[in-house]
Amino acid sequence: MNSKYNISSFCHIKNNRVSLNGSVIFNEEHPNFSDFIKAAYKTQNTKYPKFFKMDNLSKLAFLAADILLKKEQLDIEKENNIALVFSNKASSLDTDIIHQKAIQDKDNYFPSPAVFVYTLPNICLGEISIKYKLYSENSFFIFERFNAEHLMSYTNSLLETNKAKSVLCGWVELEGENYEAFLYLVSNEGEIKHNKQNIITLYNT
Amino acid sequence: MEALKQELKENIIEQLNLEDMSVEDIANDDLLFGDGLALDSIDALELIVMLDKNYGIKLTDPKEGRAIFETINTMAAYITEHRSK
Repeated sequence: MNSKYNISSFCHIKNNRVSLNGSVIFNEEHPNFSDFIKAAYKTQNTKYPKFFKMDNLSKLAFLAADILLKKEQLDIEKENNIALVFSNKASSLDTDIIHQKAIQDKDNYFPSPAVFVYTLPNICLGEISIKYKLYSENSFFIFERFNAEHLMSYTNSLLETNKAKSVLCGWVELEGENYEAFLYLVSNEGEIKHNKQNIITLYNT
Repeated sequence: MEALKQELKENIIEQLNLEDMSVEDIANDDLLFGDGLALDSIDALELIVMLDKNYGIKLTDPKEGRAIFETINTMAAYITEHRSK
């Protein structure tokens, strides 16, 4: 199926590396994901203290989204009609496990509210929406693997029905030290046709 | 009491992930919410858990927290009076 929409930019975060539109913008070895994502965040000069309070999935999604949306030079005083359509396999399992450990021992039962609030995958969409004042459509899908077909048809549907002017979509997967973010922005702008083959090609870049 | 205030500042920074803040940045009479450290509602819940876990104080009425968590001074005074550990 051919789409009349385009992919204007895309971002990858994986293997100690952050890239924007295929060009590496950060590449540093770190012993764990927490140190890596903090170091990558600090290079972006975003200055958003709430970042440090997020769980790891939200940090991953937030940083990838921030890199793409910063490029758009949005007026964050105005409402921005950018829908969010994210997906992954592990849902919020990483944080669910941390919460489970905190409630396992009935004699030492101190669950953290700050952990508990992240025991849903779509919370990361909220974090991005708060930062960029997005009151738009958002969805988080769980798939066995990256599903270009579904992301494409859902995104096209949002654009065709004028539910959004552009759509930030993709894959944000995190489980322990395994992480991968691939987000891309779809709208009328850009030069890469928004079709299944191109999405898969960019994902595998 | 001064040692407790120091301990509270260290715990607040660590448990509330106030990444860019040091103990020296928090004055004893700084407001913890609102214009001061700008803590939010989830932070307030974390502070309630901290009182229970570290000092054996169970707040049964969350509204009590408003006065207790006003500043480091008010927290330290309340903990000194009510702590069981």
